[in-house]
Amino acid sequence: MTKARIDARFAALKAENRAAFVAYVMAGDPDYDRGLEILKGLPAAGADLIEVGFPFSDPMAEGPPIQRAAQRALASGMTLNKTLAMIAEFRKGDQTTPIILMGYANPLVNRGFAAFAQDAAAAGADGLIVVDIPPEEADPLADALDAEGLSLLLLSTPTSDDARLKVIARRTSGFAYYVSVAGVTGVKEADAATVAPHVARVRAAGGLPVCVGFGIKTPERAEAVARVADGVVVGSALVEEIAASLAMNETVTTRVLSKVESLAKAVRLARVASPTV
Amino acid sequence: MNAPTAKPNDYAAYPDANGRFGDYGGRYVPETLMPLVHELDAAYSAAKADPAFQAELSGLLTHYVGRPSPLYLAERLTAHFGGAKIYLKREELNHTGSHKINNCIGQILLARRMGKTRIIAETGAGQHGVASATVCAKYGLPCVVYMGAVDVERQKPNVFRMNLLGARVEAVTSGSATLKDAMNEALRDWVTNVHDTYYLIGTAAGMHPYPAMVRDFQSVIGRETKAQVLEAEGRLPDAVVACVGGGSNAIGMFHPFLNDESVKLIGVEAAGEGMETGRHAAAINGGRPGVLHGNMTYLLQDPEGQITEAHSISAGLDYPGIGPEHSWLHDVGRATYLTATDLESLEAFKLLAELEGILPAIESAHAIARLGDVARDVGKDGIVVLNLSGRGDKDVATVAAHLGMAI
Repeated sequence: MTKARIDARFAALKAENRAAFVAYVMAGDPDYDRGLEILKGLPAAGADLIEVGFPFSDPMAEGPPIQRAAQRALASGMTLNKTLAMIAEFRKGDQTTPIILMGYANPLVNRGFAAFAQDAAAAGADGLIVVDIPPEEADPLADALDAEGLSLLLLSTPTSDDARLKVIARRTSGFAYYVSVAGVTGVKEADAATVAPHVARVRAAGGLPVCVGFGIKTPERAEAVARVADGVVVGSALVEEIAASLAMNETVTTRVLSKVESLAKAVRLARVASPTV
Repeated sequence: MNAPTAKPNDYAAYPDANGRFGDYGGRYVPETLMPLVHELDAAYSAAKADPAFQAELSGLLTHYVGRPSPLYLAERLTAHFGGAKIYLKREELNHTGSHKINNCIGQILLARRMGKTRIIAETGAGQHGVASATVCAKYGLPCVVYMGAVDVERQKPNVFRMNLLGARVEAVTSGSATLKDAMNEALRDWVTNVHDTYYLIGTAAGMHPYPAMVRDFQSVIGRETKAQVLEAEGRLPDAVVACVGGGSNAIGMFHPFLNDESVKLIGVEAAGEGMETGRHAAAINGGRPGVLHGNMTYLLQDPEGQITEAHSISAGLDYPGIGPEHSWLHDVGRATYLTATDLESLEAFKLLAELEGILPAIESAHAIARLGDVARDVGKDGIVVLNLSGRGDKDVATVAAHLGMAI
């Protein structure tokens, strides 16, 4: 049961009284080998959970950084199969860090939900976020994932009212993902004070740990959000490090993992530092 | 996909409450947009049932758009093909030069009713962009039109028209820089400006309620055609023919005839450089079902489910998907989808110009390219109506380039 891996991680974090740092990377960005190297280095750099994006040609909710990451991954020949192969490779050396796949519906529809769920579970994935599957369309996918013990994480957003949060919670397990800004990834910045009451609403609706993502770029912002949420997700800022290191001919892995370290450290310090928000 | 969709008793009763035409349609949108999609659905249902809304719409269609559009007996074209009697439904005579205005008038009234203060739209050929800019000018609303950078280049006159009408045209360079990318960018704008912005989708695709709503606003085409052909001939036509990209002009023509099963419904997709080359825009003839831009429908995609680029001389048909109702009508066998290549469409463009004195939009020319086959198939005693969805002035430069002429 792979849901167990997410639950165990949040139980451990609760015992430590700290928020999770969740790192998002696009599988195969900039290519399979370096993508795998980054993935393998994330836990030691401080990632408590990992979101692995699988690329899609038309990512309608992504800002330019993740759009470009998807284009780099596709150009390097990344596929859903190779994404799962990468996760299986990662699992050989790490049986405890939860991995959440994140992407768009069509590659999954193309594969078939049941076949995908079986392969993802076999590879060692723990959950799935699909940006363009809202609760209204989620049942077939949720049923397929349930059958394999995988979590579906439906997104909650600033526009979700309490009634919708309950519907979202009904088919969400593992943790709740709160999208902190109305917009695409990596553009607007999340404000901890604005986010806090929404985190409370989401937690009340489902009782799951709440991770916040979509607008967090800096250690300062990550620290502030980590005081009010159970986890902080950073994606665009990490893939921008990949873009920058490619442009400057630097070692991609070193640069990305160093950014992860600074963000993870900020998240770890959040609750021992002054609790003011 | 499940078992083949059963043939329904009432074709016109779709979509269901979840926006489904059989397996197709639905609402595959990010959660941020979902509450707004419900709000739009409720607002449209209320407007549809409101006689005041319908009266306002009807008045504007008459006095601003210039409806009803004529149903014209094309005698020389009929003689040329030597088959059925051919009528042209003259949507190209509408204000702004295409059927797109029918939908824009309806949606702008809805946007105003919903209190939205900013309009966004996507466009391929620029016809929908021009129609959107037009209605925004009429009501004094700011309008941003997303258009692929490739299309901006090949449809310059329409870009200028939009600017004259006060709209801002955003050239989209991501992806293949055509209509699908313009739609991605419009969706990104919408999700970012969800509180004040109305997304005026131009085709009968996207998330529910758009496919049904756009169809309803375009169905004035089929309703008028039905009345006009009954008036002229005392009976229904044997076939109606329309080009299909997203499919709004086609579904507008087809829908009032769905339950008249003696009337063949024929859509024509863009075969680009030829179906065998893989460089085409024929979602039904060359694609598979999948999810893009909010709906489940036939799509051009690779074996991994990545959306592939469409190719067509016609910017308005250059889209890798098709409206979900067409996907369903294809599966249940109620409509037939043929294809026409770039070259066949250029020939058809010239043919209509020379025989009838009408320059068709290169989109509509795709339907004309299959008209001879349909007319001969129906036979001499038959009646065929072709939806002439737009005028071709915008395409003169493209046609000249393909004919090797400088203008």
